[in-house]
Amino acid sequence: MNTPENLKYTKEHEWIRIEDDHAIIGITDFAQSELGEIVYVEVETVGETIAKDEVFGTVEAVKTTSDLYMPLSGEIVEFNPKLDENDGDQPDLINSEPYGDGWIIKIKFSDPEELASLMSSEEYVELIG
Amino acid sequence: MKRTPLYDTHVALGAKMVPFAGYDMPLKYDNIIEEHLAVRSNCGIFDVSHMGQFIIKGKEALNLVQVVSSNDASVLEIGAAQYSAIMNAEGGIVDDMIVYRLDEDQCSEGEQAFMLVVNASNIEKDLAWINENNVFDTRVINISYHTGLLAIQGPNATNLLQELTDIDLSEIEFYHFKKGIFAGIENVLISATGYTGAGGFELYVDNENMLALWNAIIEKGQAFELKPVGLGARDTLRLEKGYVLYGNDINDETSPIVAGLNWISKPDKTPSFRGVDHFRSLKANKNREILIGFKMDGKRIPRHGYEILDMQDNVIGKVTSGAMSPSLDIPIGMGYVPRSFRKPGTSIQIQIGKKQMEAEIVKLPFV
Repeated sequence: MNTPENLKYTKEHEWIRIEDDHAIIGITDFAQSELGEIVYVEVETVGETIAKDEVFGTVEAVKTTSDLYMPLSGEIVEFNPKLDENDGDQPDLINSEPYGDGWIIKIKFSDPEELASLMSSEEYVELIG
Repeated sequence: MKRTPLYDTHVALGAKMVPFAGYDMPLKYDNIIEEHLAVRSNCGIFDVSHMGQFIIKGKEALNLVQVVSSNDASVLEIGAAQYSAIMNAEGGIVDDMIVYRLDEDQCSEGEQAFMLVVNASNIEKDLAWINENNVFDTRVINISYHTGLLAIQGPNATNLLQELTDIDLSEIEFYHFKKGIFAGIENVLISATGYTGAGGFELYVDNENMLALWNAIIEKGQAFELKPVGLGARDTLRLEKGYVLYGNDINDETSPIVAGLNWISKPDKTPSFRGVDHFRSLKANKNREILIGFKMDGKRIPRHGYEILDMQDNVIGKVTSGAMSPSLDIPIGMGYVPRSFRKPGTSIQIQIGKKQMEAEIVKLPFV
């Protein structure tokens, strides 16, 4: 499993790339592999401010449904248009490029102190065994 | 965790293995949707060796089958098979199965032989129940753990398989079988059955011949672009045809009459099946539940356990199976609702997360 060292992780199998006061969020290679073929991503929360650990969207895979959780509190400023069924409509990018074009949302996080709660790649690798 | 004789083969093919009914089974080799579509349009091969098989043999074999089975096995000629349900004393379904009337080569004078093919998850439960009902001059032999099963399904399956046997496969009618030499292997039971609705055959063979059989079909299958197919696509294929899955759509408390299985229920046979009185009284109850199919718009997938609501937001039932249909590219599902909702075209709602999504009841099968 690929777990890039420059990213942060959560136990919900999300990755976070910090860019100043913004963060790009996706699901990990491990998560996409466990979910299998992703057929739909629903994010109807753009513009909303959501607290850490709350649900911001849902991924439908062929065999299962999985909620997506905010790794940090903040405002959702963008939903990856390449995944959006009304735009690019390529949800399977999450399977093929989980850390690249398969990113899911961009947020403006509100509490930098929460960054300390995120896991390093080493810690995440230990979690998934 | 048990393994089929083909475990190493699946792993070498890159299958994603998952635990299923106590077996480590292939969920998919590559992509569930592509595997599904390959079976619908061409052909696919499934290792379903986890399925269980019992031989019922003796002078009163038919009586034992009749007592535990909802369908009427007395109509089966040698070489014929029928879908049926094993019934409990309360009129619920212990398991669903296929009953084969075998030839009598291995039988003594006056004996008959049947093979029951059951779900892997229920092998021990079924066996205990059949034995409990066996007050007859008949033996029950569990051959599950040394019998393998391959399903080769799809519109091109017969053409491919014909290249491996001298038996004329076109002469084997649906729900019939022949035993003979296949790919040089003796005593292969070639059955015109399946769980995909796509046509094709299922081949029963001893465990020691499984790998040779698989390899022969895979090799011949190259020219046909035969695809190995996992349990993921098996589930969506059966759902598109409205076939019930034990544990999802039916269980020990489900009557065949509510599960759309009246056609395999023959209460008037002698001897009749266990729980027949419950079957009759429920059949007379016009307010009973019924298994329906429904379709939806959008991309959210209805799943087992989600609530079904009427248009006034009252909970009226539960989803038992659901998927994004690979053939139709819409969400489809099955579930139980009161019989008054059974009419195709009726609007219902499915509770998906916090949303109520509209669905329409449709006739089964979907495809």
